[in-house]
Amino acid sequence: MKGLEYRGIETIDGPIIIVQNIKDVAYDEVVKIQDDMGKERLGRVLEVSETAAVVQVLGNTQGISLENTKVTFLGRPFEIGVSEELLGRVFNGLGEPRDGLPKPFIKNRLNVNGMPINPYSRVYPRDFIQTGISAIDGLNTLIRGQKLPIFSGSGMSHNQIAAQIVRQAKLKSNEEFVIVFAAMGVKYDVARYFLKTFQESGALSRVVMYLSLADDPSIERLITPRAALTAAEHLAFEKDMHVLVILTDITNYCEAVREVSTVRGEIPSRKGYPGYLYSDLASLYERAGRINTSEGSITQIPILTMPNDDITHPIPDLTGYITEGQIVLDRDLHQRSIYPPVAGLPSLSRLMKDGIGKGMTRDDHPRISSQLFAAYSYVKNVRALASVIGEEELSELDKLYLKFGDSFEKEFVNQNINENREIEKTLEIGWKVASLLPKDELYRVKEKDIEQYYGREK
Amino acid sequence: MEVKGRIISINGPIVKASGLREAGMLDVVEVGELGLIGEIIRNEGDIATIQVYEDNSGMKPGEPVVSHRRPLSVELGPGLIGSIYDGIQRPLIELEKLSGAFIKRGEKTSALSKTKKWLFEPIAKKGDNVNPGQVIGEIQETGLIKSKIMVPPEISGELTFINKQNEYTIEDIIYKIKTKDGEKSFTLSNFWPVRIPRPYKEKLGMDAPLITGLRVIDTFFPISKGGTAAIPGGFGTGKTMTQHSLAKWSDADIIVYIGCGERGNEMTDVLNEFPKLVDPKSGRPIMERTILIANTSNMPVAAREVSIYTGVTIAEYFRDMGYDVAIMADSTSRWAEALRELSGRLEEMPAEEGFPAYLPTRLAEFYERASRVETLCSEYGSVSIIGAVSPPGGDFSEPVTQHTKRFIRCFWGLSKELANARHYPSIGWIASYSEYVDEVSEWWEKQNPHWREYRDNAMEILNRENRLQQIVKLVGPEALPDSQKIILRAAEMLKNAFMQQNAFDDIDMYASPGKQLNMLDIIMTFYYRTKEMIAKGIPLVKINKIKSIPQIMRMRFAVENEKLEKFNDIKEKMIQELDDIERSSK
Repeated sequence: MKGLEYRGIETIDGPIIIVQNIKDVAYDEVVKIQDDMGKERLGRVLEVSETAAVVQVLGNTQGISLENTKVTFLGRPFEIGVSEELLGRVFNGLGEPRDGLPKPFIKNRLNVNGMPINPYSRVYPRDFIQTGISAIDGLNTLIRGQKLPIFSGSGMSHNQIAAQIVRQAKLKSNEEFVIVFAAMGVKYDVARYFLKTFQESGALSRVVMYLSLADDPSIERLITPRAALTAAEHLAFEKDMHVLVILTDITNYCEAVREVSTVRGEIPSRKGYPGYLYSDLASLYERAGRINTSEGSITQIPILTMPNDDITHPIPDLTGYITEGQIVLDRDLHQRSIYPPVAGLPSLSRLMKDGIGKGMTRDDHPRISSQLFAAYSYVKNVRALASVIGEEELSELDKLYLKFGDSFEKEFVNQNINENREIEKTLEIGWKVASLLPKDELYRVKEKDIEQYYGREK
Repeated sequence: MEVKGRIISINGPIVKASGLREAGMLDVVEVGELGLIGEIIRNEGDIATIQVYEDNSGMKPGEPVVSHRRPLSVELGPGLIGSIYDGIQRPLIELEKLSGAFIKRGEKTSALSKTKKWLFEPIAKKGDNVNPGQVIGEIQETGLIKSKIMVPPEISGELTFINKQNEYTIEDIIYKIKTKDGEKSFTLSNFWPVRIPRPYKEKLGMDAPLITGLRVIDTFFPISKGGTAAIPGGFGTGKTMTQHSLAKWSDADIIVYIGCGERGNEMTDVLNEFPKLVDPKSGRPIMERTILIANTSNMPVAAREVSIYTGVTIAEYFRDMGYDVAIMADSTSRWAEALRELSGRLEEMPAEEGFPAYLPTRLAEFYERASRVETLCSEYGSVSIIGAVSPPGGDFSEPVTQHTKRFIRCFWGLSKELANARHYPSIGWIASYSEYVDEVSEWWEKQNPHWREYRDNAMEILNRENRLQQIVKLVGPEALPDSQKIILRAAEMLKNAFMQQNAFDDIDMYASPGKQLNMLDIIMTFYYRTKEMIAKGIPLVKINKIKSIPQIMRMRFAVENEKLEKFNDIKEKMIQELDDIERSSK
């Protein structure tokens, strides 16, 4: 019953406690747990029967005793307060201020789980976002309202890329983005790097941060992205803002999901992750897009580090099935100091087709990008062949392809971390490297494209 | 009749309740104060286990559960076409009116509009003796589809009353039948339980191909009307794009598209695009023959489990009118995962990778609902099922793909390599197969007697090329003799000029059977002829220079379905050029 305080619990097992002899407790209700030292934690009801409740403690259970712990059921689901005053603030993983300032003035409290968007009410995203990064704008275009994750590996430059996107992202209409940043289990210096980036670009007043860092209790991370997305939904769909959400690192989030699942003794599917990981991730990623009752939008850039660079690992695999494409970073390019090390072939933007071309970017954009993909894919074959028979033995045409491959990586993909390329510039470089190949090889572009753009540099 | 019980425990979407001893297995129940829709999936002792189709946070033990003693059913009648439903047949357009852009739980609304009036034209007369499934009247539901009003299965007797031609809503009484159990009244709609296949007279053979307009499917791996196919592929290989193409261009009368646990924006894409697309046969918007079921990945998981049954039951209803229906289920893996999630919460013993041991049985039951039948009213109708499969890591050896393979007869395996090279549709010709080739050969050979020969030889070329590529990887293509290089040349033509198809090109996106035959004819003629020439010692380098080759490579974009005579020019020019070479080499 709301506000009723229970003393003593039955079982403690990792982040899970069981409370007996309860009455009138609801599924998914928030619980306050106070140990005998007076330290408070929050929790959530995972399972409830007439007499007992299984509670997930969103924090550390260290020091909780069976006898003297006080448990209060709050009679409401997990909520965060929202208003425009969230902008410019830093919160912890559960939505409490972390920047030493008082709690913001709030208009409204919202359930962090949100509600599913009616597919009929969605507006199909089709506005081009210029990130100033050729490998993204040219080949894997980001669209406003898209969810496009960065698949990275430890030690690669995913944070720099995300920060560069945040700094440079702009729409044709020059509207500004509001940024919601959620950190799950990342190190303090990563959070600081982003904070510094926001400060330097003068964006800080347009940023809301939810930080659950590496030394915060792992269970908190189950709430962090939901709190951030709830704030994002408020700003986008009630305040008509364009919101860019950065979630880092999804891998840490999934670990927390697995941790709870194991403690509960659930049947695991792959690599110990629970069978519902797909639905669970979908409940985060699907909270992106545009709806017909608001001008605003949510664009999501989740970052995940692939364990052992393995794209078939359940976390990147399930993510790829839900998100609208992926930007995959490549260890080999990274080692060769190519920044951003965006892998040409496995990267993909599913919404690109409707956001580029005539009237949006440039008429030839879809065709030249398809051509670059096709040619680069052939380069991979030629390189494999060259490593067997030697470069000398290759046909003249194949040698041209090798040259194309190198210049594609060094000139088109590679760019300075502060370089903000206009889309025209990106396409110009694309044509420059494509012009290394004979005209007949460019079978995915039209005759008139060749007339207009082929070999213009020479 | 109403049975009332109360909740005793809650674990996610699985709720246990007591006091439901009199409720039946698989009964629909209203759960909790909000009356959320659920279904009884186990009943032991005094404890019934219920799966709830909506988000149940905030629900408490002690809240009521009510069963009305009827199974989970769909409402069948005029108004289905052009609708978009969630997994339990709630119309999403109506839900938007009730609760805005976000779906609130506990919202209830009727599946078919209660106020819309339909022009009913009676066929049967008062005093007729009518049998189950008999058509007693018709409604022109859309420009494309005439909906038939059928006597429900299991009902027969004398027609004691039938309304005259006029406009009626689905709530008006249209006809009455004197049955053994007394006189019963009927409206334009009726209910059918989703988990029970609708009855028919007899299952039939399947010799007509379902023409999809996708060359790689129609020519190489065809599916029959009433057949089953699976499209497995890792993410980004184009499952959904292929499904969309099939939904757009298949020559079925009705399309039921089930978005099962997939992306919300994909359904929006369909909703935006389909009303603008025109059916190549009738010139009407294809939305006039499409029914959408959208239970996206963030919508409740239990409703995802039921969504494919909702879809297949609606499909069977139109089949019973004598239509050819095609179902696209995207993706059956998400459905299997929903089964796994619910099974886990029921603490059942898992089989492979956590999936329940009954997964293959459920898959078999689902795919077996596809068939071509003689209906109760002696019409011929069919349901074809095309299910996408999303294997984890793109690995086809996982349980859902493997079990699906046992129950389907057409396998369109998508290849990551092709998708990476942006070769779409990325159906890999080495892993794919179709068991319908023999059945549809007769149909195709009526269009062109060489069809089977061309098709089999083309497959042979692709297979030999695959083996040759192993050698090429080691020694490079230059080291091969001309007799083998010509195979690479022909395979390249088949791949780039025939199998690859651009879904965004106005001309290339749909290829009529005639266009496919002409294209195949040109490529195979080229191959046969050049093979002969090479045997005579004419070098391939010379042949490669003919101007017809670029023309053949671009013919898929250049020749419209309505202007097939252009192919004659291409073919004649090619033969002419080859003749010239042969003459000059003599």
